[in-house]
Amino acid sequence: MPKAAFAAFAAVLVVAAAAAPARAQEAPPLPHQAWSFDGVFGTYDPAALQRGFQVYKEVCSACHQAKHLYFRDLTQIGYSADQVKGIAGQYQVTDGPNDQGQMFQRPARPSDPIPGPFPNDEVARAANNGALPPDLSLITLAREGGPDYVWAILNGFTKTPAGFKLTEGTYYNEYFAGHQIKMPPPLSASQVKFADGTAASVPQMAHDVATFLNWAAEPDLDERHQMGFKVILFLVIAVGIFYAAKRKIWSRIPH
Amino acid sequence: MAATSHGAPAGSPANDPAAGHSRLIRWIDYRLPFVSVLEHELIDYPTPRNLNYWWNFGSLAGIVLVIMIVTGVVLAMHYTPSADLAFDSVQRIMRDVNYGWLIRYIHMNGASMFFLIVYIHLFRGLYYGSYKYPRELLWMIGVVILLLMIATAFMGYVLPWGQMSYWAATVITNLFSAIPVVGQSIVTLLWGGFTVGNPTLNRFFSLHYLLPFIIVAVVGLHLIALHQHGSNNPLGIDKRGPQDTIPFHPYYTIKDMFGLSVFLLFFAIFVFYLPNAFVSPDNSIPANPMVTPTHIVPEWYLLPFYAILRSITFNFLGIPSKLLGVIASMGSIFILFLVPWLDTSPVRSARFRPVYRVVSFLLPIDVIALGYVGSQPPEGWVVALGQVATFYYYFHFLILMPVLGKWERPRPLPISIAAAVLEGNPSAFAAATPTEGH
Amino acid sequence: MADMAQSQVTGGHDGGTRRDFLILSAGALGAIGAAVTIWPLVDSLNPAADTLALSTTEVDLAPVQVGQRLTVAWRGKPVFIDHRTAAEIKAAQDVDVATLRDPQPDSARVQKPEWLVVVGVCTHLGCIPLGNKQGDPRGPYGGWFCPCHGSIYDTSARIRQGPAPLNLAVPPYKFTAATAIKIG
Repeated sequence: MPKAAFAAFAAVLVVAAAAAPARAQEAPPLPHQAWSFDGVFGTYDPAALQRGFQVYKEVCSACHQAKHLYFRDLTQIGYSADQVKGIAGQYQVTDGPNDQGQMFQRPARPSDPIPGPFPNDEVARAANNGALPPDLSLITLAREGGPDYVWAILNGFTKTPAGFKLTEGTYYNEYFAGHQIKMPPPLSASQVKFADGTAASVPQMAHDVATFLNWAAEPDLDERHQMGFKVILFLVIAVGIFYAAKRKIWSRIPH
Repeated sequence: MAATSHGAPAGSPANDPAAGHSRLIRWIDYRLPFVSVLEHELIDYPTPRNLNYWWNFGSLAGIVLVIMIVTGVVLAMHYTPSADLAFDSVQRIMRDVNYGWLIRYIHMNGASMFFLIVYIHLFRGLYYGSYKYPRELLWMIGVVILLLMIATAFMGYVLPWGQMSYWAATVITNLFSAIPVVGQSIVTLLWGGFTVGNPTLNRFFSLHYLLPFIIVAVVGLHLIALHQHGSNNPLGIDKRGPQDTIPFHPYYTIKDMFGLSVFLLFFAIFVFYLPNAFVSPDNSIPANPMVTPTHIVPEWYLLPFYAILRSITFNFLGIPSKLLGVIASMGSIFILFLVPWLDTSPVRSARFRPVYRVVSFLLPIDVIALGYVGSQPPEGWVVALGQVATFYYYFHFLILMPVLGKWERPRPLPISIAAAVLEGNPSAFAAATPTEGH
Repeated sequence: MADMAQSQVTGGHDGGTRRDFLILSAGALGAIGAAVTIWPLVDSLNPAADTLALSTTEVDLAPVQVGQRLTVAWRGKPVFIDHRTAAEIKAAQDVDVATLRDPQPDSARVQKPEWLVVVGVCTHLGCIPLGNKQGDPRGPYGGWFCPCHGSIYDTSARIRQGPAPLNLAVPPYKFTAATAIKIG
């Protein structure tokens, strides 16, 4: 095919690919944060993950569940099996029925999912003015912008601009679509005392909890990046060798 | 032929196709000729010597089909096709099943790769006239494969039971209600209820598992039809003799393996570093029949059809716009069946068609424009662009192809493939009267 | 002729051997690629993380009085835990091991003599023997009695009568405290 036409075709493809995910943006563009897991060689920072878990546990889990997280998953972010057992033991979960047919409470085990604050969605709504705090297991995948979006929302609670009519029961947030979010600002400075001594500013807590939530949504990232590097290296070599072999075999005949 | 019980002496290939192999192979082959058939169709098979890399995409599509089936069967061992458990079972695959994330990402991104490859394969056919005599049926079988792929992919996307899964299923199944009189009954039959729900999910899972094997069978027919007359080639002229062909092995086996390694590299970048590039964030939210996402968008490979569907915003001759949209959208695939007869050019390959050679690229550009339109909310100038692009799509097939074929003056064809490849003799090119392709 | 034969053997000059090396390495890469690809597909069939998390069970033995028996679930099967009385321990130890169908001394089947931990699945055809609940028949040896085909086990859960070929299996377990065990 004519080379120029092919180049034009490829250029159109690239432009279309860039434009394709565009959706109506009603909020300003998200500020991009530097994440330890960004890029081809990105990995999760275990210290940030543990701080982020602390923020989730002490702040977010009051309203938000993360039903796809199990206590045993916490060994992936640097806790030992015993520490995980200890963390799990702090929670009570419903089990049963026992031999008398009753449901009963028992301390959670590592094999249990991390319990949410509410037994069902209806109770959650009733406790939050009709709004349902979304499950956070996949939140960075479920929102355009991922961890940048989570960080932006947590840092985006600004003073309501003059002339903006805020509905009863909502709060002004710069980055939330429509600017009226039902969640009250959850973070305040020094709200959490980090076990490793890091100063708990709002941006720091937002950064760590967004890192933690990205891990919660994509725990495979570290392994995926490592495997990807090896696979792609192998394939680059394979491409080279197969190309050379092809040229050699085809050199037997005029072409 | 009187046969001794074992090991009749090796004859010539004419009466002993497995000549040159061990006794065991010859014994088997005499009863079930898998070795001799394999040799004839895949190893010794005479293939035009001038195929370029656009010819890699057929075998690539076959390999991706195998990848999809293997990963799909393994995923089905862990997936639960029930509305209350489907989403969670996919999360279990991603988090708990050994390498579950890898198998799922391969399957998910493989679907996109499959369509990308097949669209390129299709365009190759359009450009080089591979659909022309005697390959009309080969082309039509290919369009059948495309239809089966679209059905399979659509149902597959519903299975994770995310928001987009549920609502895309709702929108697309609702289209059938546009059919007069029986439309709503058909929709109820498809749903197995009054909305998309658990019965719908269960039957989509069953069909999603079944259809790929139907695709395999149709691909078999596609290959049988191909081998009747052999591959087309970039010059679009028939082979005249053995000097025009080379054995498939080792020349095209190694070339296909090289092409496969390049493809796998491209594929690996998505699987390992951009696994969710093709997916809507809304599908990471469990399906909620009470909440519609702001923008319902199908997967990228269905966007052009979606755009055509939405571009018919007016009624015509008493036919409601919804039905017209369905007809236009389905028609855009069905029109492909007619291409062998819509194109009136006496030559196959666009290489010898100076006007069509350039104009043919308007089609993929148009399809990409339609894809963009399908990805956006139908507001403002996007609607007009969609209508223009839909008009051009049909214009390209119904008017441009027939008219250009008759009006255009093709360039002189080379006298043979071998002559063109060897580029020896300028007088190897025939005089003005083209003799190939009718 | 000899020259030509010679060059055919070596494949001419460097080109021939380099061609073979290339094709060999191409083939090797293909084989490695295929093998590396097969492994994740096969391994995905192995127990997943959530299944493995349930592969151990911890049991608090403190509420189990002397003479009481407890049933717990482990890997989908029942495990009998018996806080044996002195009489039961003596009856288990006083048996002539040579007369047993599946000879095992009691000491080889317990870590602490007062605690017997066995998998409650009859070694005949897999029924769950009776004897762990209050009021269950225990058979003539005071152990367990399988109602399906009449296998009878003693206070060390060894087979004494009936069709079962082996003693009830002892699962891997260890004492994590004086009155707590972890099975599996």
